[in-house]
Amino acid sequence: MSADKKIKKRRSSKGAGKMSLTIVFAIVAVVYMLPIVIVLINSFKENTFVKTETFMLPNAESFVGLDNYIKGMTFGNYPFFLSVFYTTVITLLSTFLILLCCSMAAWYIARVNSKFCKIVYYLCVFSMVVPFQMVMFTLAKTSDTLKLNTPWTIPVIYLGFGAGLAVFMFTGFVKSIPLEIEEAAAIDGCGPLRTYFKVVLPMLKPTLISVGILEIMWIWNDYLLPYLVLDRNKYMTIPIHIQYLRGSYGAVDLGATMALIVFSIIPVIVFYLTCQKHIIKGVAAGAVKG
Amino acid sequence: MKDETKTTPKKKKKKQEFSGVSSKLMRKPMKRCFPIFLLPMFLAFIIGFVYPFAQGIYLSFCKFTTTSNAEFIGIGNYIKALKDPSFVHAFWYTALYAIVSLVLINVLAFLLAYVLTQNIKGTNIFRTVFFMPNLIGGIVLGYIWSMIFDGILSRFGTSILLETKYGFWGLVILMCWQQIGYMMIIYIAGLQAISEDMLEAAHIDGANGWQRLWKVTIPNVMPSITICMFLTLTNAFKLFDQNLALTGGAPFETSVNPDGTLSIIKTTEMLALNIYNTFYGQSSSSRGTGQAKAVIFFILVATISILQLRSSKKKEVQQ
Repeated sequence: MSADKKIKKRRSSKGAGKMSLTIVFAIVAVVYMLPIVIVLINSFKENTFVKTETFMLPNAESFVGLDNYIKGMTFGNYPFFLSVFYTTVITLLSTFLILLCCSMAAWYIARVNSKFCKIVYYLCVFSMVVPFQMVMFTLAKTSDTLKLNTPWTIPVIYLGFGAGLAVFMFTGFVKSIPLEIEEAAAIDGCGPLRTYFKVVLPMLKPTLISVGILEIMWIWNDYLLPYLVLDRNKYMTIPIHIQYLRGSYGAVDLGATMALIVFSIIPVIVFYLTCQKHIIKGVAAGAVKG
Repeated sequence: MKDETKTTPKKKKKKQEFSGVSSKLMRKPMKRCFPIFLLPMFLAFIIGFVYPFAQGIYLSFCKFTTTSNAEFIGIGNYIKALKDPSFVHAFWYTALYAIVSLVLINVLAFLLAYVLTQNIKGTNIFRTVFFMPNLIGGIVLGYIWSMIFDGILSRFGTSILLETKYGFWGLVILMCWQQIGYMMIIYIAGLQAISEDMLEAAHIDGANGWQRLWKVTIPNVMPSITICMFLTLTNAFKLFDQNLALTGGAPFETSVNPDGTLSIIKTTEMLALNIYNTFYGQSSSSRGTGQAKAVIFFILVATISILQLRSSKKKEVQQ
């Protein structure tokens, strides 16, 4: 009887401990989200109140409704929606190009396995440990001479500089696929191209998703590469635009800038909440391998 | 997970021997498709990496303002770079930041991961929340946090741009906020791989919670701990966007060189930003020095990465 009670007691105290942990974590989680909430609050305030009353909720005097959002889209020398457009173009094109070309290259490398393939593979692995500052100056010059400095051509640069991780991850996966499946396809009369698109590519799907997510996260947020490579007067991306507004400190409307920051965070959060499972998996895979 | 890592090297070897014989059927037609499969990626790789890298190495031994007027001068750039007080300062500042962030991020991330694997309510929501900042870009993060810090510090009549220690701790807080969620995910994966039986056996043998944590849990997540330590270390050394957006190196200090010339030290400037400023600062004549700094930086980062590779390989052998 008493032993039974003891167990019950321990259980309930354990439950209470877990409950209090949940409460503590709920508070921590709320605090964790505060920076984003503060930006959201400030995006509804009039310019002068952003600096003086950063942590206050907007009151009747400072509240301006959606004015900041409307103003933010077009204010300054460069319209923000253009930056959003170019960032989207660059991210989607580059990711598509990296996924297609690198998975094809990885299949070739893993299956043909000649000396040349090995050299390319080890160069790719090597490129993963090279920081961008090492090549930034020469890369910017090279892309200038080859006229790769527009949002439509910069994906080639991203393909070149980002190939390392993608080729590494794809090659690792292709090597784990049994060769017999592809041989069966070849015996049935499939050429390499058809074998690749009908047989290999569908099997690569999980790795395609992981690599795709890693590349999207990198390119969408990348600042220095597009800043140095793109023709700055004509093309801006979201990070370049935000840094440009920050550079003109105080001279620009802070309320409108907050609205722009909200704009630039929303797609990221929507993307995150819709494919959270894949993102967390992809990130973990990239960390373990990279 | 563990079994996989153990067996893959053996498997690979077998397959390679095999693939030479049995894939003849595919090899020839595949080789004919070289221009479609390998060439596009290879050409882009030459443009985007191999050529700029090789040229970068060459230019570090040259005096130049653009790539066309390079003039070979030997190791002068390297001597200049190592004697540059701002570079030396940036190195020590980065090293200090790396150590502080390494400890803080890993301890806090492990703590969160440990609690979130204890079956408490709302685990999924907490995981979602803690990981979210990781997706926001460095520039935007810098802007958000500089607004918050200035909102607090302006009440005391100061700003994050006015004191080195504010800039330092500001950056540490920012990076903790961004990276704890990421490391937490890796730790959670490691913690979930520990078998319940082992913990239960320790429990039956009379080990209390604390002992179980230190003697069973931590030794078993050692691989995750190594990965996270090296990740935070390389991230700290490569940090650029957040540094640029939060303080941009401010506040500045002038110091007198031994030879009487003045040099400006940006007290919160880290290595990557220092290299960038040497390239694109006021005088384009110091670009040779900048490239030499970049090569030194590359060697530093590459060494850390190679150490990581070695240590993780050793672990695999031991297991």
